[in-house]
Amino acid sequence: MKALHRKLWRELWQMKGQVFAITLVVLSGVATFIMFISVMHSLDFTRSKFYRDYNFADVFVNLKRAPESLKDRLKKINGVNQLETRVCAQAKLDIKGFNESVTGKIISIPDEGSPLLNRLYIRKGRLPDPSRDDEVVINETFAQAHGLKPSDQFAAVINGKWKKLTITGIALSPEFVLLMKAGAMSPDFKRYGALWMTREAISKAYDMDGAFNDVVLTLYPGAKLSDVVRDLDNILGKYGGFGAYGRKDQMSHRLLSEEFRQLKTSSKIFPTIFICVAAFLLNVIMSRTISTQREQIATLKAFGYRNIDVAFHYANMVVLMIAVGVLCGIAAGIWLGNLLGGIYMETYRFPFFIYKLHPGVVISAVLISVASALAGTVHSFWKASQQPPAEAMRPEAPAKYRISFIEKTGIGRWLSQPTRIIIRNVERKPVRTFLSIIGIATACATMISSGFFKDSIDYMVDIHFILSQKEDMTLTFIEPTSYRAIYELKQTQGINDGESFRVVPVKLNFGHRSYKTVINGIEPDSRLSLLLDKNLKTIPVPSSGILLTDYLGKILGVKAGDMLTVEALEGSKAVRQVPVVALAKQYLGVMGYMDLKALNRLMNEGEAISGAYLVTDEKYREKLFRSFVEMPRVSEIVIRKNEIRNVYDVMAKGMLFFTFIATIMACSIAFGVVYNSARISLSERSRELSSLRVLGYTRGEIAYILLGELALITLIAIPLGFVVGYWLCAYIANSLASDLFRVPMIIEMSTYAQAAAVVIFSALVSGLIVRYKLNHLDLVEVLKTRE
Amino acid sequence: MNQQKENFFQVCDLTKIYKMGEVEVHALRGVNMELYAGELVVLLGPSGSGKSTLLNIMGGLDTATGGFVSYRGKDLTRATEKELTDYRRFYVGFVFQFYNLISSLTARENVSVVTEIAEKPMAPEAALELVGLSDRLNHFPAQLSGGEQQRVAIARAISKKPAVLLCDEPTGALDSKTGIVVLEALERINRELGTATAIITHNVDIAGMADRVIHLSNGKIAEVTINKVKKSASDLVW
Repeated sequence: MKALHRKLWRELWQMKGQVFAITLVVLSGVATFIMFISVMHSLDFTRSKFYRDYNFADVFVNLKRAPESLKDRLKKINGVNQLETRVCAQAKLDIKGFNESVTGKIISIPDEGSPLLNRLYIRKGRLPDPSRDDEVVINETFAQAHGLKPSDQFAAVINGKWKKLTITGIALSPEFVLLMKAGAMSPDFKRYGALWMTREAISKAYDMDGAFNDVVLTLYPGAKLSDVVRDLDNILGKYGGFGAYGRKDQMSHRLLSEEFRQLKTSSKIFPTIFICVAAFLLNVIMSRTISTQREQIATLKAFGYRNIDVAFHYANMVVLMIAVGVLCGIAAGIWLGNLLGGIYMETYRFPFFIYKLHPGVVISAVLISVASALAGTVHSFWKASQQPPAEAMRPEAPAKYRISFIEKTGIGRWLSQPTRIIIRNVERKPVRTFLSIIGIATACATMISSGFFKDSIDYMVDIHFILSQKEDMTLTFIEPTSYRAIYELKQTQGINDGESFRVVPVKLNFGHRSYKTVINGIEPDSRLSLLLDKNLKTIPVPSSGILLTDYLGKILGVKAGDMLTVEALEGSKAVRQVPVVALAKQYLGVMGYMDLKALNRLMNEGEAISGAYLVTDEKYREKLFRSFVEMPRVSEIVIRKNEIRNVYDVMAKGMLFFTFIATIMACSIAFGVVYNSARISLSERSRELSSLRVLGYTRGEIAYILLGELALITLIAIPLGFVVGYWLCAYIANSLASDLFRVPMIIEMSTYAQAAAVVIFSALVSGLIVRYKLNHLDLVEVLKTRE
Repeated sequence: MNQQKENFFQVCDLTKIYKMGEVEVHALRGVNMELYAGELVVLLGPSGSGKSTLLNIMGGLDTATGGFVSYRGKDLTRATEKELTDYRRFYVGFVFQFYNLISSLTARENVSVVTEIAEKPMAPEAALELVGLSDRLNHFPAQLSGGEQQRVAIARAISKKPAVLLCDEPTGALDSKTGIVVLEALERINRELGTATAIITHNVDIAGMADRVIHLSNGKIAEVTINKVKKSASDLVW
């Protein structure tokens, strides 16, 4: 067997170009597989450890205000393990040198010691001194975004009072692994931060002495979440409870889970593509190798080698061909996994990132690669081992060809002989041609899927921030305010237009389904807040009834005309039947919309508003902003331009990474497929091509025959790739859709063009390599040998 | 007798050394010969005598180590790649031992491969008619016998009306009966079109149909004999 081993190594060396192409594809497949899965496992492990070590709560509930004495009653609820009451509040922050609106979520921590639940990991500094009321700990992303460190100071408007705060520490909390405002498109580290203050300090500031407005708790193992939630809601209902919810609806946890889902989808799609392409390439190479070696196989068998020996020899060859790819793929996967982990860590804050690579993942990667490689080539082995020696020693009969279908249509008359050769060759091996086309199309599709993210985000921004929101500043009041406020605002210098809105947290019920969200009451004939239908046409707000985000309609199973039960979670806590008037196309969040007055009626309240959309004069914007910061009744100021910029800032890095990975993947597939097809054709047809050279054809003319076929395949593959790409994106969009956001199915022309360009470029590179080989065809040598 | 005819090829002190790893193989050791218009020459010699190398250099497929070969006064040993391609394209017809047909093209199309790029070629049908294959025009190589494939190869070679036809063991892969049919075709072309023809063979019996027989041995011309009485191809036996 030693001689056979030597044969193996030498032949692998001879096929190094093709082995390299396969290595690239296998490498990409294994690397993406390891990367996605290991990052998913690592994040999952890191998250579990963080949750466990820092005692992340199981149930959360916000309320208006309840006396601390209620705590004991809550603790007695069946299934409740540990429970902690807190005081939480929202404050406007004023950071020196940053002339934009910043909102802080303040959470109380016990005066002495660490919180029982959602404990803080102090990265730097210390917890606030209980004897002082101006010390805070801030979360890490916020500190980094502003370059803040312990002992730095900033101002906050707390309950209407301007107050200077001193940072004592930088912390991380399992509650805010990802800190993002509800309804936002992306996290905004600069404009939204978490602050922890001692219970005493915050209670004093918000008049919450001996009271609480937030409860977190853990459950005993086996306790039923829904029962606990029901009991909590029953007790807290009269204290203005907004409804308890479990971890799965907690924002940070929810976003992380969505990310895991995304990773899971990616870890399925991309490695599968690669493994299939690799199997196909190996199939083509091995069937070719075995057919050129039929005489050798016959000779070996004539010498007494068994079929199993022959099959084993070629199986070895296949395994060796992918071995380098698998090994490098594992290494690259680990490297990329750490890289991607690092990118995630910039958004998702854990005190530590524990990179976890389960041996099972590596073993699966190896097994999947080897199994699919062997599966792709098993037919060739079988054929090789089944040939009787005598038959195999005879030269193979000339390949059988037919007049191609295209020529039969009558076009044939105008085709030159080289073109006929191309067409007949393509038609003679329909399966191989088809698979090559699919392979290249896949490369194109992979590229499209990476551009798709940018396109859909652009589109989302366009719809959300430009087409449907016309204001440039949004004010939110601490509490519902009289409608008069809008008149006052409109008379302020620098405000060109203004509209009021009312936001009410509600629970929507339809049949056995229910969903907690808000209803946004907007002015009829609103100019600043537009609702759009599928065709981006404005839907007028009905004077009665409710309009829902289309996805919310799907969640609740309602359609226009159905009656929905609306349960207000604030104020009067009214419960009303409201007809669904229409569904509006929206990509971000889900909510209901009503006419402002109708919503006021539903709430049994007068003309109350929650805030205002404003159109301001550029010149006065800065001044207006400063005055709003100082206005005690204004709890939040959002500037649309900043919101848009932030979406891109936050997403840019991650997007760049994915585009980079996708481009490399697409190039390696396109190169692998085109180069291999070209090499195989060259080896199958070098004799014909050199005969043509001898007959006086130039290098360019014979290159046309070989590369023309590849060009044809590539050109057919690209439009098909567009279709596959669209389909792939639709699949991705569909699998990512959630109530947080829906990815719009938008692929720009430029994305298609870019995908085509990458494929064409890869095809050209492989074409040039083959062209180089063609130029060095040894005419005399090729004519002598019989095959 | 050839003095008044144009001298197509002038071969002077031609040497060719192959480097096979560390061994130098002297394939040609100073060959001098000429080929005149319209004549049929058989290059005879055992394998390894250098006859294929000589033909390859004359056909512009290989380069010489020393000496020179000129075709109608044009030095082939110093020609560029493009000049050699043009030379093969317009002046030389090749016939190989293993036919080297394009398996995806029919007989007619295999001839068209050449007529499409040549200047003033004959019709592919006419070329196939000359080799007696008028009834096999639309057959693919896989549907033709060895002799028929070789005759398609000859038709392909002559369809451009080359000045010279170079045949490397044209009957090497054929039995004697089919071999003779092929030789008859070559003889007919030489006679009717006046194409200068050089046939390489190690088969002594074929020498009978030549005007001149050049014997090669060990890279040199051992002997040149002139057939006073040319045999017809159909009279050959082996």
